[in-house]
Amino acid sequence: MSEKKTKRRDFLFTATTAVGAVGAAAVVWPMIDQMNPDASVKALASTEVDVSSLTPGNTLTVLWRGKPVFIRRRTQEEIDEARSVKMEDLIHPEKDEDRAKNPEWLVMLGVCTHLGCVPLNDKGDYNGWFCPCHGSHYDTSGRIRKGPAPWNMEVPKYEFVNANTIKIG
Amino acid sequence: MSDHDYRPKSKVGQWFNDRLPLLTLANHLTDYPTPKNLNYWWTFGGILTFCLITQIVTGLTLAMHYIAHADMAFESVEHIMRDVNYGWLIRYIHANGASMFFLAVYIHIFRSLFYGSYKSPREIIWILGIIIYLLMMAAAFMGYVLPWGQMSFWGATVITNLFSAIPLVGEGIVTWLWGGYSVDNPTLTRFFTLHYLIPFLILGLVVLHIWALHVPGNNNPVGIDIKKPSKDTVPFHPYIVIKDGFALLMFMIVFAFFVFYAPNILGHADNYIEANPMVTPAHIVPEWYLLPFYAILRSVPDKLLGVVAMLSAILILAVLPWLDTSKIRSAVFRPLYKQFYWILVADVLILGYVGAMPAEGLYLLIARVATAYYFLHFLVILPVLGFKEKTLPVPLSITEPVLGGSPNLAAARNKESKIE
Repeated sequence: MSEKKTKRRDFLFTATTAVGAVGAAAVVWPMIDQMNPDASVKALASTEVDVSSLTPGNTLTVLWRGKPVFIRRRTQEEIDEARSVKMEDLIHPEKDEDRAKNPEWLVMLGVCTHLGCVPLNDKGDYNGWFCPCHGSHYDTSGRIRKGPAPWNMEVPKYEFVNANTIKIG
Repeated sequence: MSDHDYRPKSKVGQWFNDRLPLLTLANHLTDYPTPKNLNYWWTFGGILTFCLITQIVTGLTLAMHYIAHADMAFESVEHIMRDVNYGWLIRYIHANGASMFFLAVYIHIFRSLFYGSYKSPREIIWILGIIIYLLMMAAAFMGYVLPWGQMSFWGATVITNLFSAIPLVGEGIVTWLWGGYSVDNPTLTRFFTLHYLIPFLILGLVVLHIWALHVPGNNNPVGIDIKKPSKDTVPFHPYIVIKDGFALLMFMIVFAFFVFYAPNILGHADNYIEANPMVTPAHIVPEWYLLPFYAILRSVPDKLLGVVAMLSAILILAVLPWLDTSKIRSAVFRPLYKQFYWILVADVLILGYVGAMPAEGLYLLIARVATAYYFLHFLVILPVLGFKEKTLPVPLSITEPVLGGSPNLAAARNKESKIE
């Protein structure tokens, strides 16, 4: 008789705890998720840029999702330099052909993959970019060559809407 | 421990105290037996309490004028500086108060390291202190972001990006922290909220810190257990109250010097330029009190390992009571530890210096050696020293070496004079 009662109690305790835990999780999740990017931030997900004024050897920096995007119209030497690099020399091996479908145009996030600073143009040991914060060197394809950054600068999703306009995002 | 059978003299006091024993608590705090040989390094607990209250009071008044919005924060800080009555004074006290807070906490921590205050039975006091220190760093970092200057913005970017080093979930965590795809308005508003909250968390932990302290009582420069109350103790009031008060006045002179004569010397000029997500300042440097850890971060060439090293440098302190194997608390009776202690002090100062310099060439080399030594001290030297070191004889009480009767009278006297 007493054993039966104990079992009933056990069930009640387990059931109450389980329902309580699910309830607590259901309340905690909105509290956590409210910190993720909101609808208005997500709505700014794409931007169109007029690149008609950009001459070879120059870079345009535009803001996309609060981050700078480098649009570089590369010279032939820069393209040759980027394409002649051996894959085994790279920290994060990526072909320039994959990073710049149209070799003249390099579009990438101007954000150092180390700790998020904005690298400087036409600087560093590889004629590409140099991050002044902790000394990462990038080549003319925006690939990491030297320094603490683990990856190449990220290429965002983009497309040429027409000959003069790039849509990022 | 002081007597708990305290009864207030007045009828009203008794009536109140029977219902809420606040007067018993007040009596405990005034009568609290304190070692009579505490030196001025022991006054920083009181000084730190003062710092916390100063930050809370000036912070509350600043919050009445500050606007936590990416478009208005920078201007609202200038508005505080130029338009608000005494706004410049309140803001300079708050900004320099953070530095003074860290100055005091570093002295407080290194005092514990010298006199072995972290050892049994005071481990919980020590760990609570380390949690307070971590929260202080979080509060200081978020507070530095609020003026929304260039250093605010890029400091926030670099520090939040530390989380991106975590494999797989890192990027998601960073986006979650930012509330967007970069440091922006959602980041600022949540930092303001947390910056407002953390001091009150610290206040709660300080209460626990003092509570935990009042169980075994204060450590002391000789580092021995003493009977309480006894010939070796004096009541907290008036003896320690006066001593703490005098030290606090001296500290406030230094504080006032910075506020009135060099209010910006500890800051960075770039933070008077409004945040610009398109341009990173040439040299990103954290505030001086975080420089040693910044040096450790930069001394490791790998991103994830750099972050791990930096966090370990702080968290290793939490297990210090178990890394130090010596039974003797005070460095006064540990001739070898005393030397390693001062090498560690120098090591941390060197790390702070190279943390402010560009991470290249000789500076980088020095940073790497100093980082290695920092971990060597805690992980190898301290555990081994406890077994190898020949310690000096310890007196049986604080009074004994003075009144005679110690078998090592001369040695103990010699030590005592060094303590003063």
